[in-house]
Amino acid sequence: MSETEAKATFAASEPAQDEKLPGGRRRMVLNMGPQHPSTHGVLRIMLELDGEIITRAEPDIGFLHTGIEKQAETLNWQQVVTLTDRMDYLSTQANNLAYVLSVEKLLGIEVPPKAQWLRVMLTELSRINSHSVWLGTHAMDLGAMTVYFYCFREREDILRICEMFSGQRMMTSYFRIGGVALEPPRGWERTVREFLQGLPAKIDEYENLLNSNPIFLQRTKGVGHLSLERLLDLGVTGPMIRAAGLKWDIRKSEPYSSYDKFDFDIPVYSESDVFARFRVRLEEMRQSARIAEQALDGMPEGAWKADAPQVVLPDREKMKTQMEALIYHFKIVSEGFRVPAGEAYVPVESPRGEIGFYVVSDGTSKPYRVFTRTPSFGNLQCLPALFDGKLIADNIAALGSMDFVLGDIDR
Amino acid sequence: MLPDILKEMTVPAALELWDAEALTGGSCDFGETLLWVRRERIVDVCRLLKEKFQFVRLSGLTCIDRHPAEPRFEVLYLLHSIERNERLKLKVALDGAQPEVDSVTAVWKGANWYEREAFDLFGVRFVGHPDLKRLMLPADWEGHPLRKDFPVHGHKYSYRND
Repeated sequence: MSETEAKATFAASEPAQDEKLPGGRRRMVLNMGPQHPSTHGVLRIMLELDGEIITRAEPDIGFLHTGIEKQAETLNWQQVVTLTDRMDYLSTQANNLAYVLSVEKLLGIEVPPKAQWLRVMLTELSRINSHSVWLGTHAMDLGAMTVYFYCFREREDILRICEMFSGQRMMTSYFRIGGVALEPPRGWERTVREFLQGLPAKIDEYENLLNSNPIFLQRTKGVGHLSLERLLDLGVTGPMIRAAGLKWDIRKSEPYSSYDKFDFDIPVYSESDVFARFRVRLEEMRQSARIAEQALDGMPEGAWKADAPQVVLPDREKMKTQMEALIYHFKIVSEGFRVPAGEAYVPVESPRGEIGFYVVSDGTSKPYRVFTRTPSFGNLQCLPALFDGKLIADNIAALGSMDFVLGDIDR
Repeated sequence: MLPDILKEMTVPAALELWDAEALTGGSCDFGETLLWVRRERIVDVCRLLKEKFQFVRLSGLTCIDRHPAEPRFEVLYLLHSIERNERLKLKVALDGAQPEVDSVTAVWKGANWYEREAFDLFGVRFVGHPDLKRLMLPADWEGHPLRKDFPVHGHKYSYRND
């Protein structure tokens, strides 16, 4: 692209220039981002200001667009799991789960209970991980530094558990179509239990740090309000909806992966402001710890991958003794497995809201189309409504309360 | 012309009773209800579903390219009703030469970015959209990458030795 072309492109996406208003005032256009500490990624927001009041806000996304949906069409069904990790890098397990559930629906595979319990436990741990990163960075945006270090201490413990299970801290790809990738490591029960036992006291600690902090309260209470109707109309899901008074959680309303066997509550607050969203997420961390503990206590015995030799890699021992197992292993590794033609969508409650993969198969070993319905993309659409007519200082708190991941938006 | 299994369901049956001409078919695979809607009627159908059947959420909107088959594009609407705890898929078929369909942004504001994304990556035009421009890619990008005839490595670069 030549320099003149580049200038023309930039001008085309610019909003109206500064405008003179009556009384010697003027409307100013301000760029927030793409490099700004509180956007937590590469997000550019064009703000039109009248003094300190925002009169128009327009988000500009796509800086992290890597064409994941296009790449998915070139990989085989199993390989796509690794791409889902890289979208929402804070809650990789929820992404993996949504994708494998959709493909398993097409394949008609029933996953054994132990794999389902393991999936539930790790997904809930990743919810705690994601919420603690959110809490730390959100509090830091508002000037509370300590919480950040506390939250990252807990996150480190969860990442260590992830590494134990999958060998990877963040991009785990631990869930496979038909079960999980590896047998759980030796001593995992003790590590997870120690972490879960210490957690409730730590969450209380965060709450005390912020609940009694007058600066935090003043900057969050009554800020960033939007009515439930508008949130739903704009496509918002997840904790923001629950902070607006609607008791809707996909884990309860459309249970997947045996979530109906677990006992947990859905926290609901009705204020629909930044503080309500903070309280919802904090309570969700407690509930996630409760679910993970139940999964740990009631972990079923038995197989951790489905009995589907054409899809799931065989055990090493079987490969050495059975010809069929060796053939299947070769087929799955070299060509991948074929998925019957059809289309399926399984919604999953990720830490940010509804995530789902609309997978289309034409009967071959590669997906024909993978549409990713990501929560951050839907949630960010409420930004212009959230900012409109508000103070510029408040938008940092409102932006943080949305809890988006740019990789999840741009894909 | 709905299959019998859909005639027993509340929403598809009511839609057929309302206007049988608006629907061109449907199916129910894996417990997911899919209705094919005539292109001209999509906004009417969506508005009716939102107002009469509490489908307050447009969960997602995307496109599927069936190149080289005709009609080439399928626009997919994922609807969700929290009150009824029910999901519904709508599809509209568009021909490849001039893929155009009316925008549903007047029904759900949240359709805005999904339609812009489909316009950006598939080149489907949504008539009546308030601000139809590219969302993910730069404004001067040529082509629509999620179309099946768009090479994965991009159209400007070649990995051959020429």
